[in-house]
Amino acid sequence: MNPVLKNTALFAIVGLMIAYTGMTQSWNTALVIVNMGLISAIMALGVNLQWGFAGLFNVGIMGFVALGGLATVLMGMPPTPGAWSAGGWNILAAFVFAIAAIVVVVVVRRRMAPGWGRALTVTAMLIAGFFIYRALFDPGVQAVEAINPALTGNLGGLGIDRGLWVVLAWPVGGLFAAAAAWVIGKTALGLRSDYLAIATLGIAEIIIALLKNEDWLARGVKNVVGLPRPTPYEIDLQNDPAFVERAAGFGIDAVTASTLYVKLAYAGLFTVVLLILLILAQRALNSPWGRMMRAIRDNEVAAEAMGKDVTARHLQIFVLGSAICGIAGAMMTTLDGQLTPGTYQPLRFTFLVWVMVIVGGSGNNFGAILGGFLIWFLWVQVEPMGLWIMQLVTAGMADGSALKAHLIESAAHMRLFTMGIVLLLVLRFSPRGLIPEK
Amino acid sequence: MDLLNALIALLNFVIIPGMAYGAQLALGALGVTLIYGILRFSNFAHGDTMAFGAMVTVLFTWLFQSWGISLGPLPTALLALPFGIIACMGLLLATDRMVYRFYRAQKAKPVILVIVSLGVTFIMNGIVRFIIGPDDQRFLDGERFIISARTFREMTGLREGLAFKTTQGITILTAVVVVIVLFWFLNRTRTGKSMRAYSDNEDLALLSGINPERVVMITWLIVAGLATIAGVLYGLDKSFKPFTYFHLLLPIFASAIVGGLGNPVGAIAGGFVIAFSEVTVTYAWKKVLTYLMPENLAPDGLVQLLSTDYKLAVSFLILLIVLLFKPTGLFKGKAV
Repeated sequence: MNPVLKNTALFAIVGLMIAYTGMTQSWNTALVIVNMGLISAIMALGVNLQWGFAGLFNVGIMGFVALGGLATVLMGMPPTPGAWSAGGWNILAAFVFAIAAIVVVVVVRRRMAPGWGRALTVTAMLIAGFFIYRALFDPGVQAVEAINPALTGNLGGLGIDRGLWVVLAWPVGGLFAAAAAWVIGKTALGLRSDYLAIATLGIAEIIIALLKNEDWLARGVKNVVGLPRPTPYEIDLQNDPAFVERAAGFGIDAVTASTLYVKLAYAGLFTVVLLILLILAQRALNSPWGRMMRAIRDNEVAAEAMGKDVTARHLQIFVLGSAICGIAGAMMTTLDGQLTPGTYQPLRFTFLVWVMVIVGGSGNNFGAILGGFLIWFLWVQVEPMGLWIMQLVTAGMADGSALKAHLIESAAHMRLFTMGIVLLLVLRFSPRGLIPEK
Repeated sequence: MDLLNALIALLNFVIIPGMAYGAQLALGALGVTLIYGILRFSNFAHGDTMAFGAMVTVLFTWLFQSWGISLGPLPTALLALPFGIIACMGLLLATDRMVYRFYRAQKAKPVILVIVSLGVTFIMNGIVRFIIGPDDQRFLDGERFIISARTFREMTGLREGLAFKTTQGITILTAVVVVIVLFWFLNRTRTGKSMRAYSDNEDLALLSGINPERVVMITWLIVAGLATIAGVLYGLDKSFKPFTYFHLLLPIFASAIVGGLGNPVGAIAGGFVIAFSEVTVTYAWKKVLTYLMPENLAPDGLVQLLSTDYKLAVSFLILLIVLLFKPTGLFKGKAV
């Protein structure tokens, strides 16, 4: 079959499945799937850049996604009154001191001759630096967290909350993720591939631990709610007579119409982002740079012999891919309207994206996008399907039996199981994915 | 100045918990390092393998408890442990047969095997949650303490109490026994030697007539034993919750890498390095320092370097430092 025809058919099938959900369940459910599918597709695009183009194994996607979420808080929320004067400058001073201290330590380490003297001096400087840092940092944090802890207790953000300006947080989320990726890449790239995997796994957990515990930053597990959104609020639409009239013209009531309108607006925004990133990724893939990346992926030694700086190129693409994940994370937090660090789970945010890339077809941008939609759809729909299967299996059992109750209750855990099976089956029988690399 | 009390406080809050945690990490890291040495990939499913073995042990413990069988002062889980190990061996052999063997025959790149092990992680995690659910399970019984803080205080008349939990004692003792048996096996028996030969140089080992499938099978059997023991000991000491085992993956890998991947001695050393750094950095030193320092110099704050929530960050930092300055680990590991 003609590949173009086949790919169009695959996208059409996924589209039909979502449309079927819309007709049988509700269009709101279908649009929720579409919106998260768009975000998932962007994440998959980022991972595909790293894995499909360059063969880098990044299992820290969750961390970059969470950093994007942090950006929406720091850009969108209003600054907490008095927080900066109370302790914000202290915290900032602590950070400036920490960076300066690290620079000094590195310089001293370079200047001194290797040996016990250097090791002792460097260790002593690091310990002293740490205590000075804590002495600057702790009072600032206490002061900030003491301000109205039930509502704020954090520094707050820049307060960019007008209309489309909110979208500014998305590229900033990308920048945050890129900065973190640069630090990780600088240390772990160039070592063995497994080490990058462990390092990214670790940094993701640490980013989540930071978000959970540093209340002064984004309120930790107290969550930030009511993030500004680029779309109108449902309630405003329902109070707008012109909108109600138009909704009536379509024959739907104002409440449903307003929820659909908001979701469609998000879908429009997300589609624009996805298209921009897709065009850029396609251009990159077909450019000399993209060819070089694939050459490095397929044979590092040969590429190095041809004068390509493998480590630098790896760093470049690692930062770019992570930035895309950060953008997607920021978009997701904007869509949710809240940042809840407790909900970031590696199985959901890292490994699911991996399943998307592998099932869709690593090395092919369209494959990644298809995988994003398809796997997200399955992830949402496997639970009701599992419940249905369980009810079918247990239909013959006596009501109230412990096994029946246990089986029905456990249906929720079918998700992980199914995703694992899907991943293994695709890897085994169709390792190039649904839309293989050309 | 009160040296004795300071020493007891240090033992109670740092050294004994550190030893127990270190032993658990070392057993986990031994499993990871063996798989790395023989099968040549980082097994991300190791945490969930531990969870599976521990889960079967928990189920058998409950069964024995319902039958009224117990080991007296020792936890019944020890009696159920062999059943957990057997079930885990079955699971790992089945996984190898159905999943890994295909890629081994293909001579797939290690990173592909890592991704495959991610898929296995998903499935094992799903199975465990499906059978026992995602919640905390308690399965500890028997005597809680070898020495409780109160009896110790009454015995010695010191102000500080020293509590030594049965689980901590069992953990350390079991780890010592397991490690001795493992090293005896690797260094003294024919099969163990063939495993080391295979790990050192695959081609040479094949040439000298070592059957690779047999080596791989024995590796999985040993790993199943190690993972189940580590999982059960951790579950007894803390509590059994499927998801915590996934989070153990990072400290376990950190231990294995810090020691040098593929090197069993390194895995043990790495386990203790990681455990003690986590415990010392997140312990509030106020108590010990108050005993040690003159009264007017006693610290006001908790003197806790990092909050306990950053335990992971500590193991990660140690990992980074070792990777940057000694990329093959403290003991020479292997690089693929």
